[in-house]
Amino acid sequence: MSIATPPRSRRWPVVADGQYEGSRIPSRVPTILDVPDDLPESEDVLRVNFGPNHPSTHGVLRLIVDLQGEEVVGVSAVVGYLHTGFEKSMESKTYWKGITFPERIDYVGYQNNELVFVLALEQLLELQVPTKATWMRMLLCELNRIHSHLVFLGTSALELGAISMFWYCFREREMILDLSELVTGQRMHTRYFQVGGLAEDIPSGFFPECRKFVDWMPRALEDYKGILDRNEIWLERTVGIGVLSAQDAIALGQSGPNLRASGVDWDLRRDQPYLNYEQVDFTVPVYPNGDVYDRYRVRMDEMAESTKIVRQCLDRLERMEGQPWIADDRKVVLPPREELHTSMESLIHHFKIVTEGFRVPEGEIYVAVESPRGESGCYLVSDGGPKPWRVHFRAPSFVALEATATCLHHALVADLIAVVGSLDAVMGDTDR
Amino acid sequence: MTEWQRVPGYVSHRDGPEMPTVTVETAQIREACEHARDELGFDICVDVVATDYLGWGGKGVSGYIGTSTGRDLMHPMTQGLQVLPELKPKRFSVSYHLLALRHGAPRARLQCWVDDGEHVPSVVSIWPTCDWHEREQYDLMGIVFDGHPNLERLLMPEDWEGHPLRKDYPIGGEPVRFSDAE
Repeated sequence: MSIATPPRSRRWPVVADGQYEGSRIPSRVPTILDVPDDLPESEDVLRVNFGPNHPSTHGVLRLIVDLQGEEVVGVSAVVGYLHTGFEKSMESKTYWKGITFPERIDYVGYQNNELVFVLALEQLLELQVPTKATWMRMLLCELNRIHSHLVFLGTSALELGAISMFWYCFREREMILDLSELVTGQRMHTRYFQVGGLAEDIPSGFFPECRKFVDWMPRALEDYKGILDRNEIWLERTVGIGVLSAQDAIALGQSGPNLRASGVDWDLRRDQPYLNYEQVDFTVPVYPNGDVYDRYRVRMDEMAESTKIVRQCLDRLERMEGQPWIADDRKVVLPPREELHTSMESLIHHFKIVTEGFRVPEGEIYVAVESPRGESGCYLVSDGGPKPWRVHFRAPSFVALEATATCLHHALVADLIAVVGSLDAVMGDTDR
Repeated sequence: MTEWQRVPGYVSHRDGPEMPTVTVETAQIREACEHARDELGFDICVDVVATDYLGWGGKGVSGYIGTSTGRDLMHPMTQGLQVLPELKPKRFSVSYHLLALRHGAPRARLQCWVDDGEHVPSVVSIWPTCDWHEREQYDLMGIVFDGHPNLERLLMPEDWEGHPLRKDYPIGGEPVRFSDAE
């Protein structure tokens, strides 16, 4: 079966579309690079198994690689080692309990995944969220984006031998986790976004601490650039490696930084605004070459942009002290704790929401947000009861890994590590 | 309106809060997808998802408690209006979520309906990204995609029996492979 190439009418907003001629997507199966037929049997083609426990595979990805000397001539990714049946488990939990699951699907971009589930529920419920909660959600999602990109940068630089990057990145990551602990009580997997708003008010000590971080972060980014941007070894390992053209990236459904590094100017925060993203000032970094180096540069720039967004969120939030942080809808939102001692009605509502859960009107919905890895979507079907009928998460890592075979066209085995790292797949997200 | 009626195999469409849902004939889903990509400009298929409606609206499924006009928060009441969910034409729905990379980020959901044992034409030749999406739905929901170049299990082990996301596959229904007694 041959893969039809999409027509070359340039509908999409492309910055550059000349990375290579034609399409490099393997023709038989789009995600499997087959050993060429003309390679004689006698030739030394060695089949090597990377993973599922190889340190460079970011978790439990297994790659079956055919090598001819140093060159990769065949590759096939095997996923599913981390499949935990999140979607099935969520069908048996009330929505209220279900919020904890999406965070653990993409355990690095947890805040954004939590957001997409909560947004889907709020759309079905037609619930209005207070302004303060929206701004705080944006702030935490952007901090989470920086956190995720720091993990990407630290681990992929580590794999290419730049061990010091790992320590620097995890130093800044620690600051974000401390901030998260200050607000939510949890370092990761916070369950801070509640249907209708936030679980708790923002503690007043958060703002000065967060300001310290946004003042510090640009300097840290300069340090990273100082280490990597003109580093001879880093450039040798990344420039021109794992090239994915704009056309192939779109055909393979790529999103987020991987798509922008291939020269497609697309960001859901700007092009399909949710929360209050249309009210903040930020630019979308796009680079034209589609190689590992550009994927690195996109994420570096995004960290700077996210810092800018966090600063703008802080400016607004500091003026919102005393405002409500969650919708006043007693059929969905837990009543304030102190009311439980004095109001029978509140006690009943509390009991009903915790035991039975709230009911969500019948319908199906798909909501997408720009998570650190790309378009993270939540498809939700409700039958009108208190538990979801079907939940499905559109995982950006899952889609990113589909591009592995295309990126590894005539690659060397060492490039494999760089390419898999640069696609920034989280295996929890891939396997769900 | 008329834009959707020109989709091959068009059955019906309805507008949703986030995107329109266009139901098409299962046999013509390939032509419909090709039309959506080439004529309507939906560049990316972001997701393929199947849903099992076995037992939908049946006993044990509670309806939404509201008023006849919807949920009125100002007048909460305990005696609500029980609404049973709308019945579905067949057991499984297969939804293709499409996205156009242009201003306003238009989206659409192409949907087709199948019963157990019926096959769906594969759209891998239109959007290569559907390779894994279709394999996942085959693996977890047991939908067979005709013409898929490599339709194997993706997330579950190769020798797994059954399709876990089906409604008749219970939680905890998987065989116990190891136990303390052995």
